[in-house]
Amino acid sequence: MKARLFHLWCLSCTTGLVVCLTFFIGFIINRGVPALSLSLFFGDADPIKGLLGLEPIWDGIWPACVGTMTVVACALSLALLPGLATGIWLATSAASRFKTILALCIDILAGIPSILMGLFGFTLILFLRNWLLPSANTCLLLSALCLAMLIIPYLAVATRTALQALPASLEITALSLGMTRWQTLRVVLLPQASKGIIGGIMLAMGRAAEDTAVIMLTGAVANAGLPGGVFSRYEALPFTIFYYSAQYQSNSELQMAFGAALTLLCLTAAIFSIAGLLQRTPPWRS
Amino acid sequence: MTSPITTERVLLALVSIVFALMMLLFGFLFWFALPVFFNTETPVLSLIWQPEQGQYGILSMIAGSGLIGLMALTLAFPVAVGITGFCLFSRYQNIASWIRRMIRLMAGIPTVVYGLAAVFLLVPLLRETFRSCSGFCLLAAAVMVVLLILPVMVMMLDTHCRPLENQIRLASASMGFTDTQTVLYLVLPNSTKAMATAALLGFSRAIGDTILPLMLAGNAPQLTDSVFDSVRTLTAHIGLVLATENGSAAYNSLFAAGLLLLAMSVTVTLLIRKMEHAQFNARRGDAE
Repeated sequence: MKARLFHLWCLSCTTGLVVCLTFFIGFIINRGVPALSLSLFFGDADPIKGLLGLEPIWDGIWPACVGTMTVVACALSLALLPGLATGIWLATSAASRFKTILALCIDILAGIPSILMGLFGFTLILFLRNWLLPSANTCLLLSALCLAMLIIPYLAVATRTALQALPASLEITALSLGMTRWQTLRVVLLPQASKGIIGGIMLAMGRAAEDTAVIMLTGAVANAGLPGGVFSRYEALPFTIFYYSAQYQSNSELQMAFGAALTLLCLTAAIFSIAGLLQRTPPWRS
Repeated sequence: MTSPITTERVLLALVSIVFALMMLLFGFLFWFALPVFFNTETPVLSLIWQPEQGQYGILSMIAGSGLIGLMALTLAFPVAVGITGFCLFSRYQNIASWIRRMIRLMAGIPTVVYGLAAVFLLVPLLRETFRSCSGFCLLAAAVMVVLLILPVMVMMLDTHCRPLENQIRLASASMGFTDTQTVLYLVLPNSTKAMATAALLGFSRAIGDTILPLMLAGNAPQLTDSVFDSVRTLTAHIGLVLATENGSAAYNSLFAAGLLLLAMSVTVTLLIRKMEHAQFNARRGDAE
């Protein structure tokens, strides 16, 4: 009897989840697809000129797309080397007190709510304004730095997991053949673990692209046009969605929010699917 | 002669950068937040939020965060156990692999998209059904946070339960257990630690999320005794004040809120680590 009830509960939970999710995603797709068109991206501007940045785009989401891509690229280029290095170091170095502390720190960093990264960026600006540079303001570079902090643990954990999954004999053989540590790492270990590492990088990109809380505090604005440089403010897709869903003034602005949501959904779904394909095992079975 | 630039040193330099950045993060938050707690003129841990009179109490926001976290957890936990159970039944293996894929995809859906969908689906529904509320309430935020933390909890539980189920499936089948009975009487009672970890993880995610409470909970800084009232969470408070005000004394309450959130998430991480450690030791004890 109890077992049958449990069975029923499991079935209803799963069905409920599937129904809920289909409902929500279906709603977004249903409202977003009619909005998808060239004018969603470029507004009234000429698409080709808008694409090349020759003509300002006022009511399109193309600047937001470019902003998101720029900030993700900047964050990734800031986080890539330190993140991978931390992962490699955690996987290969001998046990020491610093290693234990660092592993703990990476764990803690992975658990910190993203808004605290935004708050960190904000305090950084306050600090700079008060002590060093009175003209400092929130900007793209600051967002990228905070996003980099957010994704470093993902990179480090993915790299460490991928390297630790390799058989130990691989490293020993390479070293015993007279390779230096650098050669072992570059020629043998990293290529073998590349799938897991690239999967981790994709995962980190997805996280950086979807996060709203960080960029909200560190420089994303609703109307900025194409990003003019790393020290200027910029538009980003998640923030555009948030902004227009809260303060839309006309139906067309609401349509823009739904179109942007669908675009972002497709973007992150694609990134995460690729990450899942590359990283067959780690996130699911450890 | 060896070059002074060795792989170890390069790695160590990069690792030190990461470490320094993290210390900078903790340092800044403490630096800005600690004076706030020691300021006795305008106590930050009070219930009164009246910026006009210089009262910046964040106690009601702590209550709001806690309420949303607890509600989401109580709603999500049974569902997460149910879904994990479904994925373990051997008779549904084909569907289960699709469900797993779906849950992994769910983890990647941006929260702002959930928020947008909820503003136009769930909020009107609540407004129509319960006449007394505006729709932007504790319940709406908690329900959406459930969707957010479910994938994390299910993944955590499944990672632990699947190897266990594989281990005992043959033995239990030969004893005459059906697959439902195996899961209910053998697998789940043996994974209470994983359940606790999943619950902690879910709770910390629920408290740490910003966008859903900001979009759905109504953001009124007040204590509430009904799920149809609007509340403000610590995270939403940070976002809201920074977005709307400029250089005011309200900033102080932000740093206090930030420090509280940080303390909460660090505590949860440490607890989870401790439990994993205990589990690891127990397993090693079993092996010996």
